[in-house]
Amino acid sequence: MNAHRTLVTAARVLAQLRADHRTIGLMLVVPCVLVGLLAWIFEGTPVFDGLGASLLGVFPFVVMFIVTSIATLRERTSGTLERLLTTPMGKGDFMFGYALAFGVMAVLQALIATAFAVYVCGLDVAGPLWQLVAVAVLDALLGTALGLLASGFARTEFQAVQFMPAFVLPQFLLCGLIVARDRLPDLLRWVSDVLPLSYAVDAMKSVTASASPGADVAGDAAVIALWVLVALVLGSLTLRRRTA
Amino acid sequence: MMKNAIEIANLRVVRGGREVLPDLSVTVPAGQVVGLLGPSGSGKSTLIRAVVGVQVVESGDVTVLGEPAGSPSLRHRIGYVTQSPSVYDDLSVRANVRYFASILGVRAAAADEAIEAVDLTSHADALVGNLSGGQRSRVSLAAALVGDPELLVLDEPTVGLDPVLRRDLWELFNRLAAQGRSLLVSSHVMDEASRCDRLLLLREGEILADDTLPALLARTGADDAEQAFLALIDRAAQEAR
Repeated sequence: MNAHRTLVTAARVLAQLRADHRTIGLMLVVPCVLVGLLAWIFEGTPVFDGLGASLLGVFPFVVMFIVTSIATLRERTSGTLERLLTTPMGKGDFMFGYALAFGVMAVLQALIATAFAVYVCGLDVAGPLWQLVAVAVLDALLGTALGLLASGFARTEFQAVQFMPAFVLPQFLLCGLIVARDRLPDLLRWVSDVLPLSYAVDAMKSVTASASPGADVAGDAAVIALWVLVALVLGSLTLRRRTA
Repeated sequence: MMKNAIEIANLRVVRGGREVLPDLSVTVPAGQVVGLLGPSGSGKSTLIRAVVGVQVVESGDVTVLGEPAGSPSLRHRIGYVTQSPSVYDDLSVRANVRYFASILGVRAAAADEAIEAVDLTSHADALVGNLSGGQRSRVSLAAALVGDPELLVLDEPTVGLDPVLRRDLWELFNRLAAQGRSLLVSSHVMDEASRCDRLLLLREGEILADDTLPALLARTGADDAEQAFLALIDRAAQEAR
């Protein structure tokens, strides 16, 4: 690992994004539209207060997963990854460079989506708002890290796109949004205890429900952070300097 | 200075179940432009990939600048240009070359010099995706030149370029060799043979000839590289009979 090469890689990925106004627009606007839609559907009921925050944790995860897995697959198919790996570039520099760049986008996305949910849609949050933003950023990083890992197994664009439902939907079904996790059949509950998105949703629920959720959120955040790190390390192992 | 830039002994490479290089041994002298000529599918790119250390090989030794191919210490010393341009379409020419410059730890000014060397200064701020195929492959070349490598390994760098530009690039290659750099340049265009100090003719994964162009012409009695190539194939076919 080399800090300079990680930073210039992050800067390069951000420069590529900057040239693509539509992608930036989609990343920042789509979560707001979805949150707004949800608030509208449940107008006049308390459902939005319970569900809104959880979804603020899920959107950045899904969006970053897709964007990252496509972006790294592009590096593989265009030959730029093979070229970079003939230079002093480390595999970790590459992985963490991407994570850093999309992390910056995640901060922007989380700030905008949270502000929109709270100030425009009237989401009721008992705990401190900064914790909501912090968890959302961590979720986005989780999406980035898993996206990097998934793209290691994708050989074509078709496969990369299919990894979204394969990696993301089971976590979505088991994270407690559809059925509370303690009401799941035992086996599924154990699975959901391992999957990272469950902790993202738990953390979001804690922030909205409790005035001082610090300890609960910190515990959930630690699990998510561990997953991010493990996925990045595993992802860097899927990078091969030599290929057939 | 070392005598040989590349030494390959009994290299065997299998790709997709097919033996692309059955048993290849060859040396590439340092400080020269060595042309790797052969038809499409002869194994040129595979050989080049083995030299830069990105090819999984079955057996054999590939020694580059005195180290085993793919050694971490070589990553600063080799410039590699893949057959299709491997640069970022959504960045400008300058941003691309500067990125590779910072990965290699060289000054940003070196990026401008490399862009100048491939004659793209007037397009430095253009997005690579908006350039022509030939211009994009020159960006790819600039990204390899920027680190001032001891060995340049170029896979068909002159495909699709206009004759003036091709001449300019070959002059650049010859100049780099005169400064002590080593170059291995693949091409399927036989008339580029006259630009090389030395030729390797590759066909079906085997070296047909490893010689200078004048010696090759004298040996085969041919007028140009293309005819020499044909003469060697015919001779090999007769010997096999």
